[in-house]
Amino acid sequence: MRTRRLDNYGKINRNIILSFRWDKKNYKGFEGDTLASALLANNIGIVGRSFKYHRPRGIFSSGVEESGALVTIGSKDRKDPNVRATTQELYNGLEASGQNAFPNVNFDLAGINNYLGRFFAAGFYYKTFMGIPPFEWGRGTAIWMFFEKFIRKAAGMGSASELPDPDTYEHAHDFCDLIVVGSGPAGVAAAIEAAEKKLDVILVEQDSLVGGDQLAENNFDNSQIKNQLENLGIKIMTRTTAFGLYDNCVVGLLERVTDHISAPNVNIPRQRFWTIRAKHIIVGAGAIERHIAFNNNDIPGVMTVNASKHYLNRYGVLTGKRIAIATNNDSVYETAQQLSEAGANVTVLDSRTNFEIETNKSFEIRKGYVPYNINGSKKIHSLDVSKSEDMNKSETINCDQVLLSGGWSPAVHLLSHRGVKPKWDYNNACFLPSDTKENITMVGSSRGLWNKNDCIASGIAGTTDALNRLGISKTNYFFPKPGGWKNPIQPLYEVKYKKSRSKSFVDYQHDVTTDDVRLAHREGFNSVEHLKRYTTLGMANDQGKMGNIIGLSLMAELLNKEIPEVGTTVFRPPYTPVSIGALSGRNVGKHFRPLRVTPMHQWNIDHGAKMIEVGLYQRPWYYPKENETLSDSYIREASTVRKTVGICDITSLGKIAIQGPDSTEFLNRIYSNGFSKLQVGKARYGIMLRDDGIVMDDGTSWRLAENEYFMTTSTGEAAKVMSWLEELLQTRWTDLNVNVTSVSEQWAGVSVAGPKSREVLNNCVDDSLVITNNNLPFMGVTSTFLKGNIPCRIARISFSGELAFEVYVKSDFANTMMDLLWENTKKYDGCLYGLEALGALRVEKGHVTAAELDGRVTIDDAGLSKMASTKKSYIGSAMRKRGVLKNNDREILVGFFPTNLKETFNAGTIVCEKNNIKGQGIGRITSVTYSPELGHWIGLGFVKGGLDKWKDTNLVGADPVRNKQMNLKVVSPHMIDPKGERMYA
Amino acid sequence: MIRINCPYCGERDHSEFSYGGDATINYPSLDASEKEWTEAIFFRKNIKGFQFETWHHSNGCRMWLVVERSTVTHEIKSVKPCHPDLQKVVENNK
Ligand SMILES: [Zn+2]
Repeated sequence: MRTRRLDNYGKINRNIILSFRWDKKNYKGFEGDTLASALLANNIGIVGRSFKYHRPRGIFSSGVEESGALVTIGSKDRKDPNVRATTQELYNGLEASGQNAFPNVNFDLAGINNYLGRFFAAGFYYKTFMGIPPFEWGRGTAIWMFFEKFIRKAAGMGSASELPDPDTYEHAHDFCDLIVVGSGPAGVAAAIEAAEKKLDVILVEQDSLVGGDQLAENNFDNSQIKNQLENLGIKIMTRTTAFGLYDNCVVGLLERVTDHISAPNVNIPRQRFWTIRAKHIIVGAGAIERHIAFNNNDIPGVMTVNASKHYLNRYGVLTGKRIAIATNNDSVYETAQQLSEAGANVTVLDSRTNFEIETNKSFEIRKGYVPYNINGSKKIHSLDVSKSEDMNKSETINCDQVLLSGGWSPAVHLLSHRGVKPKWDYNNACFLPSDTKENITMVGSSRGLWNKNDCIASGIAGTTDALNRLGISKTNYFFPKPGGWKNPIQPLYEVKYKKSRSKSFVDYQHDVTTDDVRLAHREGFNSVEHLKRYTTLGMANDQGKMGNIIGLSLMAELLNKEIPEVGTTVFRPPYTPVSIGALSGRNVGKHFRPLRVTPMHQWNIDHGAKMIEVGLYQRPWYYPKENETLSDSYIREASTVRKTVGICDITSLGKIAIQGPDSTEFLNRIYSNGFSKLQVGKARYGIMLRDDGIVMDDGTSWRLAENEYFMTTSTGEAAKVMSWLEELLQTRWTDLNVNVTSVSEQWAGVSVAGPKSREVLNNCVDDSLVITNNNLPFMGVTSTFLKGNIPCRIARISFSGELAFEVYVKSDFANTMMDLLWENTKKYDGCLYGLEALGALRVEKGHVTAAELDGRVTIDDAGLSKMASTKKSYIGSAMRKRGVLKNNDREILVGFFPTNLKETFNAGTIVCEKNNIKGQGIGRITSVTYSPELGHWIGLGFVKGGLDKWKDTNLVGADPVRNKQMNLKVVSPHMIDPKGERMYA
Repeated sequence: MIRINCPYCGERDHSEFSYGGDATINYPSLDASEKEWTEAIFFRKNIKGFQFETWHHSNGCRMWLVVERSTVTHEIKSVKPCHPDLQKVVENNK
């Protein structure tokens, strides 16, 4: 192909010269170029290698439908693969390279695949996966495992950077009355009409300029339209693609903010992901020109006719010297004339025999001719053509470019996103949009209008439709009839090559040939959706914008059906690829989810805490001294608590204030155990079940006054419990006078645990009398003051099994409380302890947490049957008795010791009988810790039938993940102080 | 992309709400039989068209709402507080 930049053509700015690199060589282009136009102007014909066969590929189009010129832009952490060169604007310093080739696109070693085509035919991947031998010497998955890495490497698109993305992306939202997609004649007319009728309008254009296909007209003035739109107050969003339509008139947009700038301001996002909520949507997305399938129709130099018009008039690039145009419709003649006026030698082959067209006779028209084979490999040498009515009459035309027009496909994609099936139009050989009840109107050539005036009229009609539907006007309107060419189109999808096996490409990007479609049919994949998956037709990132209809027509021919009977594949969002970065927006790294910290977070860190995430919370994990490891540290902390005293931040527990005259009745209904007789000044441990009888959560409720309770929940279930209580009060028990308020953020909590805990508190409270064993017995609650006149709530509650207190102060006093408690804890050689030590202490005691209460466990499974009242009904009381929850083989909570006390084991271990180590075994281990008290590893978990069934049996713990097995014995879950003598001390 | 017109807060994005469930269920009394509870908990209609469902304005006013929504188009016909007293307050303030 010989391309040239012409002096008198194009709207590029020749005053600004841009340097760019292509495959490590320097080139120049102009401001206003795309990478594709600049490559063409530099006479670079081969820009990539094809997906399977590694055939040289050139530039096929000038827009989003591009299926050949997929390139990699940038390098290192800004490497962006599979970018369409046809839509990438050129900027100074742009770095691009061809893909899918080694060492480069001009000389690609894997080009040999072209001759091994048989192995890469449709279904290759499926067959190898499914175990049907694709090679005579091997079979099935084993050979796939062996070849996979080579094939993946050879048959891929560009590779993504594995480095973190340095760019930022934003999510943005907007509202409008009307959003217009596409700024061609129809979209612009619709927007202007709507703005004049006082609608708030957003106009979206994927190109950098407004104008749509008019940008390919040699006398088109883009700035005039832009000014007119702006003066009417229309919000114009260029470089923005409407990639999807969603429920309730929501449009998803991708705005490419800096992809065209060489050194973008680091404070602006690279792309914005917009959610636009409109009252009405008008889609004027245009139409896409199709190619024609025939042998070697992919040789660099093949292009759509319309693309060459864009390159000529917008970019001043004449894409060939001797150009053959193959068509079946009228749309090519204006282009043919302009190409020939620009100096090319043009021949038009029109498959139709009877038609009239007015031209200036500067080029040859051969009526009734079709192309059937291109000669050449890296570039076009000549084109074999024949009479469409008699394939034996053939001849060869010398040319360096072949332009194709097999008809036009209206861009019905966005409407298809809403589940609206397009209908086939025989007269225009294309799918047209169907009507929809949603507020979406299709205008312009995306409803099959080929004339500019019809497009403009349809834009105005579209806005009238919108105004009517929005109830603003009641005006009659009509849309122009689809079509608009002087002569009818003659369907032409494939020209068969008579000589031998041919490579006639249907889908350039995935190397799907006409033979692949026929193979799919032979093997029974006749439905469109099966054809798509078997051949991968239309599954590349162009989503078959050019090739789908050709594939469909071939299948129709094979099935002896009409195209509409074969159907169309459903288009799904996105219309063009959307980067993962834009989808995630700012929700990356630390912003991925909210972070919750307790009011003494910094205090904890200042005192040496290593933190761990629990749900959204950061909690102290352990407080290492000097060189202590996690396990050194938690063992020391847990031992210290048992020996003297320790303090632990428990603020992350959920806290709910329950107030009102019916509070007691309310608690009595939601907890499985009785609350009606709880005295003021006492707390009670309670279990909540779900409606279906499974345990939801456990916690404590403190009766502060006649009608006031303070409830604590587990950290993980706090939000769920709060919503649940609100649901019950607002939907089921609307007669109860109870108010619930989340006070989790308002109170900071500490557990003071250990035999010396009372001594520590004695030094911290204003009046030590309030916490004596008499005044504050086990489960007693008091509201009192810490030294310094700090109001606090203290309850004598123990999770560790030691004498222990929970102390709560208002969050603002958290640090003061910590200082006070810590100062006095140190006096008794006490420690700060974290979640790991807390875990060790509670496992020793057999106290369950979220690890055990995982949404599958009943109150009986957890060994807490005593907590289920028999004197009242409560949430879940009926359903906990249903048969499946009462089976004898339910897994019941037990403790585990290793048979050899020196051995360790892990949570997640599957418990099996000795001679039956398989499957899910008979139980599982949920929590494991080293017990400082017992001096060996212990675990909590579940086993079918529980302790009674297995207490004297040697069981095996299987840990296939760590490839480990150990002998276990089942013990009572209450592994130390089973009578609780320490707690009551 | 549902938007729900919370009677208390105004029209808000669905991401502020949590879906509850079928709003037409009359939960049996706590001492009702296992059979009645089974019906209430596990048996659901699969409605094509408008249905009443509960939504919780969990990232807003914390009100539980009855939303009449089409399962086909997501069109919302009505939004009311679940609690009858709150319903009355909303009605009186219209
Ligand atoms: Zn609200």
